[in-house]
Amino acid sequence: MSYLEYSVKSIPTGLRKILYLNWPLTILLIAVASVGFLMLYSVAGGSFTPWAEPQMKRFALGLFLMLSVAMVPIWFWRNMAVLAYGSALLLLMLVDRLGSERMGAQRWIDLGFMVLQPSELMKITLVMLLAAYYDWLPLNRTSKPFWVLLPVIFILIPVALVIRQPDLGTAILLLTSGALLMFLAGVHWAYFASVFAAVAGLVTTVFKSRGTDWQMIKDYQFRRIDTFLDPSSDPLGAGYHITQSKISLGSGGWSGRGFMQGTQSRLNFLPEKHTDFIFTTLAEEFGFVGAFSLLCLYALIIVFCISAAMSNRDRFSSLLILGIAATFFLFFAVNMSMVMGLAPVVGVPLPLVSYGGSAMLVLLIGFGLVQSAHIHKPR
Amino acid sequence: MKHPLRDTAESQRRITRRGLILGGGQIGFMGLLALRMRYMQVEQADEFRLLAEENRISIRLITPARGRIFDRNGAVIAQNSPSYRINMVREQAGDVDNIIARLARLVELDADELERARRELRDLRGDTEVTIADRVSWEDISRVAVNAPALPGVTPEVGLSRHYPAGADYAHIVGYVGPVSDRDLENIDAPDQLLLIPRFQIGKIGVEAKLEDVLRGKAGTKRVEVNASGRVMRELDRQEGQAGADVQLTLDNELQSYVHARLAGESAAAVVIDCETGDLLACASTPGFDPNLFVRGISVADYKALLDNEFRPLPNKAVQGVYPPGSTFKMVTALAALEDGQLDAGDTVPCRGFIKVSNRRFHCWKRAGHGNVNLLRSLRESCDVFYYEMALRTGIEKISAMARRLGLGQVYDLPMTSVAKGLAPTKEWKEAAKGEEWVIGDSVNSAIGQGFVLASPLQLAVMIARISTGRSVMPRLVKSIDGIEQPLGTGEDMGLNPNNLQQVRNAMFEVSNNRRGTAYRSRIIEDAYRMAGKTGTSQVRNITAAERARGVTQNSDLPWERRDHALFVDFAPFDNPRVAVAVVVEHGGGGSVAAAPIARDITLQALYGEDPPLDAYPAADRDSIREQQEKLRRDRPASGTDENDRA
Repeated sequence: MSYLEYSVKSIPTGLRKILYLNWPLTILLIAVASVGFLMLYSVAGGSFTPWAEPQMKRFALGLFLMLSVAMVPIWFWRNMAVLAYGSALLLLMLVDRLGSERMGAQRWIDLGFMVLQPSELMKITLVMLLAAYYDWLPLNRTSKPFWVLLPVIFILIPVALVIRQPDLGTAILLLTSGALLMFLAGVHWAYFASVFAAVAGLVTTVFKSRGTDWQMIKDYQFRRIDTFLDPSSDPLGAGYHITQSKISLGSGGWSGRGFMQGTQSRLNFLPEKHTDFIFTTLAEEFGFVGAFSLLCLYALIIVFCISAAMSNRDRFSSLLILGIAATFFLFFAVNMSMVMGLAPVVGVPLPLVSYGGSAMLVLLIGFGLVQSAHIHKPR
Repeated sequence: MKHPLRDTAESQRRITRRGLILGGGQIGFMGLLALRMRYMQVEQADEFRLLAEENRISIRLITPARGRIFDRNGAVIAQNSPSYRINMVREQAGDVDNIIARLARLVELDADELERARRELRDLRGDTEVTIADRVSWEDISRVAVNAPALPGVTPEVGLSRHYPAGADYAHIVGYVGPVSDRDLENIDAPDQLLLIPRFQIGKIGVEAKLEDVLRGKAGTKRVEVNASGRVMRELDRQEGQAGADVQLTLDNELQSYVHARLAGESAAAVVIDCETGDLLACASTPGFDPNLFVRGISVADYKALLDNEFRPLPNKAVQGVYPPGSTFKMVTALAALEDGQLDAGDTVPCRGFIKVSNRRFHCWKRAGHGNVNLLRSLRESCDVFYYEMALRTGIEKISAMARRLGLGQVYDLPMTSVAKGLAPTKEWKEAAKGEEWVIGDSVNSAIGQGFVLASPLQLAVMIARISTGRSVMPRLVKSIDGIEQPLGTGEDMGLNPNNLQQVRNAMFEVSNNRRGTAYRSRIIEDAYRMAGKTGTSQVRNITAAERARGVTQNSDLPWERRDHALFVDFAPFDNPRVAVAVVVEHGGGGSVAAAPIARDITLQALYGEDPPLDAYPAADRDSIREQQEKLRRDRPASGTDENDRA
């Protein structure tokens, strides 16, 4: 069903929209972010600086952005999808040229007052574009080769740009979330077999490129993959991350060492303890109970999103909600797998908990879209 | 865009189906994550916790304070003074070159040291503390501390380092400490963990080395929580170690410093022993060297200068140097003959200036001869022929046995490096060592302390202490360890006939109190402190026929290194012996001229405990003695002060 077919009269207007917010989802998001504040406070040795306080400010800004996005009717966002995707793509190309060199990777555009990470923006806009695409595409064409190839190109262009940066984590995230959206839209199973084959082919090619002139990813990324496969091979070098992360996580035990009692993260054994590896601090201080609780919060967010999507008869809204939920899922699934030694170390933050602006703001804008879809759903 | 209604219903079904499949997959994956979490945090928790503890806790050694060394009156000989060093951590410094340049404007940086520091900063891990400057002054450290905000990554550090306030005075006895080397470790079977600390200081020579176990103390341990870069975050608990024990030596700081000053300018050694207890009151070897240089790590140029110095500052000549004792050995020969019944106080021997033994002439130093000589005259005027005769009568075995009874040819268990054994030769020794048979000429030479006989100044002092008391006095260097008094070296009666001993002592009295005695010019005229002594001149080498042809007849015509060694031994006061003194001046010429005046001054200084009154000296000497006392007072630093002493 499309918006043209139902009356907009039943849509709440003005401030009444706030009443129609998906409140359980909002509260869950705040709860997860609060866990983040708590952990940032703890890893700073019981201090709001340097991480907890800026993070709280940014979250407040993010909430405001979420509400702002939520207030705007979802059909406006659908109409903006192509523009948003196009802008994000343009920015991605821009960082290729303008991007400041950081950590050996070009990922940012320095706007002066903040740094913009177009690859983060792309995570949402790609979902928007694909949702809008499948909303527009007549159902019977969904699995037609040309109409399958088109979204694949939409996905692969930003993926290629992101790999060039190089940012393997985001590339995998974009690729997977795009593929999931196509899966949700009902593309035939057979295509996914070919996509998997393509991914497998890409991985093989990437590995084959090692040591040649046309090497596609940086040496440090290869090393990270190597050490993921065998962390003990380099316990003080690249394997250090994984080894220390596992020690920290495992030593938490059933109920943890207690708030602010984590030794590994606070003593700096853990690298990037406030960003990508913040989950290990939680796991060390609050043990299995704490870690599992956070996982449950995430699970509830996914469940509420799925139920919101199910209850929404608008195709764009459903696809968008599920796509954003899938992106969100990919964030924490990849991050947790990484710190638990199930996946190689790729730079993916724990959503809403890790310290960092871009990812959190983009995710909250994404949830703003989810809220908008929820508020403006056909009733 | 308009879709037929069937299309939207179909779409809705499809999205719901696929959404549920995806949702199920997501929840399933989360279940997998939860299982993994449970496996790591519940089942493997103990293992990981152990690893975490290993990460977190580091056991550090607490370096014990090294025991201090004092003289018999409590003056400091070796102590631990705070030493300051400037360290730098590259990670915190950022722009290393810039920071070093700023630092160089504040404190003087040694070029070599800086070179090494730069290399370490470049090569070592970024969080390692690298020493930029060691042993900087308090003023420098203050300047660095005040400017700390402009010097990120630069930290001043306070440690303890060994300091010898008296400089060269005790260098040969106490020695010095230095960083433990691989060679040191090789010589130790089960090294203390402390020795494995880089640059840990251990005694290298002398008392510092010999009493290392006592001085070092025991390491304490502390368990500390460290962060990933090894920085200590807090201390969990500690087990205090044990500071090294303080050691008190028998040496008298005032006397030691006087003796050193008195011998200055000569390559010489002197030993002063307390006749009663065997305490070494002074034990000096000149020239000396500053042991503090070695603690810091001596420069190649400084070390080469010490090695190239023909006066050989490094060895301790007082205990390590062995010399033919020359005429100072005559007391041994006399006592051997007396005890053997070969000589009586009244016996006379004619001296014609030489004696013929198996067709070889052995000359007396006095070519014209002494005429008829008895024991008293033989010592007083140091007649050689008398002792040649005694050797023929008594035989080398008995003379050597007497030498050993009197303390020669044996090693004393003193905590000093390379305490020499000397040599009291026997027939067996010569056959074993040289593969030649002992000939009678060897006995004749030995009787006057030439030939194979060798003794260190320490042994000569012991010999005099034993002659003066009749007891087998043993030298003692350590008065107390950790406040526990060490056994005295008083010794048992040697079992010599007191009458024989007195004959010898009387003769020694004549040496420095009779107008015809060889050391009459170096007499003491204070009645309470009369001195009995014996001169000695030991030939380094005979004047050759070629030299004689060139007109060289006297020692002073020869180059320094070929002149005779001058010796003098004495004890005083004569009727109540308190101190025994031995002085050797290398290549000093005749004992009566070069050694006796020094020995007299040292003896008086030891007896008075301060500069002696001029009344104790013969009237003719008083002017020159006054000048000398004034000069020595200027040369000797007031005790307890030192420019490097910041304690």
